[in-house]
Amino acid sequence: MKDPKNNQTQITNPNKPFTELLWFFLIASCIKFLLIPAYHSTDFEVHRHWLALTHSLPLSQWYSDETSPWTLDYPPLFAHFEHFLSLFAQFIDPTMVHLQNGLSYKSHLTIFFQRVSVIVSDIVLMYGVYCLTRNLERRKRNFVWVLVIWSPGLMIVDHMHFQYNGFLLGILLVSLAALQEGKDLVGGFAFAVLLCFKHLFAVAAPVYFVYLFRHYCRGGLIRGFGRLVLMGTMVFAVFVAAYGPFVYYGQIQQVLSRMFPFGRGLCHAYWAPNFWVFYIILDKLLAFLLMRLGFHIQAPTASFTGGLVGDSSPFAVLPTITPLITFIMVLLAISPSLVRAWRDPQPRLITRWVVYAYTCGFLFGWHVHEKASLHFLIPLGIVVLQSREDASHYFLLSIVSCYSLFPLLYEAQEYPIKLLLLLLHAILMWLGFSAYFSKTKAAEASDPGQRGGDKFGLKRSRGSGSNDIRFRIGWIMKVYLLGLLVVETWGQFLHPILLGNRLPFLPLMLISIYCAFGMMYSWIWQLRRIIRSIDS
Amino acid sequence: MEKRRSTKARKEEDDEDNTIWWWLVEKGIIPSFLCISVFALLVRVSVSLHPYSGAGNPPKYGDYEAQRHWMEITLNLPPKEWYRNSSTNDLSYWGLDYPPLTAYQSYVHGLFLRSFDPESVKLYTSRGYESYFGKLLMRWTVLSSDALVFFPAVLYFVFAYYSGRGGRKSDMAWHIAMILLNPCLILIDHGHFQYNCISLGLTVGAVAAILSNRDLLASVLFSLALNHKQDALKDIGSISLCWLEISMGMEGLLIVFYFDFTFSIYPSNKSYQSGVAALLSVSGSYCSHLLGRCLRRRNPLFEVFKLGCVVLGTFAIVWWPYIHSFHSISEVLSRLAPFERGIYEDYVANFWCTTSVLIKWKRLFTTPSLKVLSLAATISTCLPSMVRQVWSPSSQNFLYGLLNSALSFYLFSFQGM
Repeated sequence: MKDPKNNQTQITNPNKPFTELLWFFLIASCIKFLLIPAYHSTDFEVHRHWLALTHSLPLSQWYSDETSPWTLDYPPLFAHFEHFLSLFAQFIDPTMVHLQNGLSYKSHLTIFFQRVSVIVSDIVLMYGVYCLTRNLERRKRNFVWVLVIWSPGLMIVDHMHFQYNGFLLGILLVSLAALQEGKDLVGGFAFAVLLCFKHLFAVAAPVYFVYLFRHYCRGGLIRGFGRLVLMGTMVFAVFVAAYGPFVYYGQIQQVLSRMFPFGRGLCHAYWAPNFWVFYIILDKLLAFLLMRLGFHIQAPTASFTGGLVGDSSPFAVLPTITPLITFIMVLLAISPSLVRAWRDPQPRLITRWVVYAYTCGFLFGWHVHEKASLHFLIPLGIVVLQSREDASHYFLLSIVSCYSLFPLLYEAQEYPIKLLLLLLHAILMWLGFSAYFSKTKAAEASDPGQRGGDKFGLKRSRGSGSNDIRFRIGWIMKVYLLGLLVVETWGQFLHPILLGNRLPFLPLMLISIYCAFGMMYSWIWQLRRIIRSIDS
Repeated sequence: MEKRRSTKARKEEDDEDNTIWWWLVEKGIIPSFLCISVFALLVRVSVSLHPYSGAGNPPKYGDYEAQRHWMEITLNLPPKEWYRNSSTNDLSYWGLDYPPLTAYQSYVHGLFLRSFDPESVKLYTSRGYESYFGKLLMRWTVLSSDALVFFPAVLYFVFAYYSGRGGRKSDMAWHIAMILLNPCLILIDHGHFQYNCISLGLTVGAVAAILSNRDLLASVLFSLALNHKQDALKDIGSISLCWLEISMGMEGLLIVFYFDFTFSIYPSNKSYQSGVAALLSVSGSYCSHLLGRCLRRRNPLFEVFKLGCVVLGTFAIVWWPYIHSFHSISEVLSRLAPFERGIYEDYVANFWCTTSVLIKWKRLFTTPSLKVLSLAATISTCLPSMVRQVWSPSSQNFLYGLLNSALSFYLFSFQGM
């Protein structure tokens, strides 16, 4: 009874999803425009400087200039993007694109221009979501938009803190959409382009490689080889287009050293909630215990957030972590999904594998920023309605990841905003998930035959679960989420009252540790899912 | 019960499935209200990031400074001196000209400000005080008043309004969103800086109480609204318009929205006093409706007497510091209703201002005769709906009556509002 109707709505008006999506986008844009005067971090000046840099200097000097400490450290296509923006910026306010006079320049027009550039570049995100969801059934589609277009994380990082993640994630989504539809060449091309925009997305490259190798380059030795050559040439062409000019000017060494500053420490100044948080804490605890037991432990001189690698170990007891170790760990962690992609490369699962790869990169990577959690959160929103377990996992993960972004906005003025953003997101998710799954249940009850074979082939929990697939979250999750409230209350109110100015790092550390538990849970959950699907 | 609901739900399913917001109303009206109000709060906070009007613009700054100054006065002086010109209270510098409830509200907010930023409410020295934190605190006082007074009142209103007619859940959700996201209100309170949300919330609460037949509660709430801002009903205009928006359907929405916008932005920006005409026309609808209803009860006189007692009691409590002497009452009253200004200020879209292009009102008549003229015009345009309310009171007509008196008041009253 329901299915024919839904199909009808799909067929009758193919243009409609886009107009509807536009509404979601416009509502988000209204909020984004209102947020223009909000706090922005030094990233604002970084991007302004890049505007000036790419506008005033020839290509050959983009990566060697040192006028400002904020040197260009994104790949070349992003530099071209900034150059493109600067073409408009010069008409808005010429000082903005002046290399020397523009330093730390913050006129109203500059702020307006840069903010609007982020808002407008989000159109790529909208297009990516559109590509991914245009073939979904309507109720699913609407809700995916809510998760992606109204993502509080993007709002905080892009439109307040200031970055262009929405734009970059849009390219990723376009690529994933192409892969899901079987257009492997387009997908590979989009991903290569993305890598030339921001190299941090390279974490998923192994997954892409294995998947494309097995899915695209199949059908016999000759045909497969031909396709491999085709794909290779195309990817190579993208990289040549991006890096070629720098090779020509003899700048490539400089470009690479800028893009991979391994001089930075294992963790960012604010520890991203990942595996290394536990490692650090374990090291501290061990050192403390051993000291108590009478061992002589030398206090580490280096910090793990900065300093050059190899100078001295930042750890008291445990072995030092080098970039190579993190690299190997990430690869190891990703490997289950690689095995899966090798054995049975299915287009419908590629999004999951990519999401998993980014989760691993986030958990075990070198010098990870908390913002990197968006790399897996946003694509995960696409597949979240496939089952109830997915939904409750996403519910937890998105709240945790959004909460872990809170320290980015530390000023009082933005405090209610970030709180309301998270609250709104949680309510929307709760309303949406419960409505969606209760409707799905009703539809299944009314005609079990047609719905039995789920389009996505994912097993619903049978047996006891079959008569109750409503959206619920377990009590452990509830307690954990309430714990976030405790952590926040401690950091905001109790800590200043009870401890005053002592241990000023404690609230941030608590947030990191507490969110790291959620992130680890999410990783294990995803890993289990992938391993299970291998077994079956 | 459950069965009936489910068949009804199935019938509505087809319609509700066709909206892109189907999932928002699925859980019932309270969760939707929660969701919409969090969004509305988000919009309000975002608007409040922007500067208020008159920021960094001495010597008088703007309404922000007026409100801050009232907090300073009420916090540092005894209630008897709030409305009195003295060496400590210079009434020419943003003297208090709103009724006592506003003064109490300023006092409470002043306490809040003093505990976090004492500098911002110090007597004399705090004039023109502007700081990042001070602005934030002031913004938060508006935000909290909005969330504590206006939002619950709207929920009450929507419940009262739909309890009789049993509308669809999506209609209710739309109605809530329409009222809570009214741009004029957000801009005036959280952008320009005022506390309309309180008087408006009380008025909406009063309307809701009338719709749910709680006459005494309605009179208390409305008396409080009047005591917060004497021109409370002017603002009810926007609410009635919101309601109209729903009943007219979507096609009328754009026109009404535009009208709504000009209707409440300009007046609130331009004027702070309203006068006796306001009180008359404001209370007109209420009184006539209540009166009409009382007359239909078993003991009409007793009912009227009860209402009168409640209203007088409320007024007495609010005016407590001033009712001991006639002098202090007249002192306050003279602050509330000054007639020194002309019949219209510039840019106000009212009858007098618009027709002044053809008829030079100010040249033809003297100020006293203009006063009489405008009073007569206001009352005569209010009268039809008021008479009808006394004659046959009904909820539907009551809302139209409110709209009518708000409009006539806005269009014809003295000093243009």
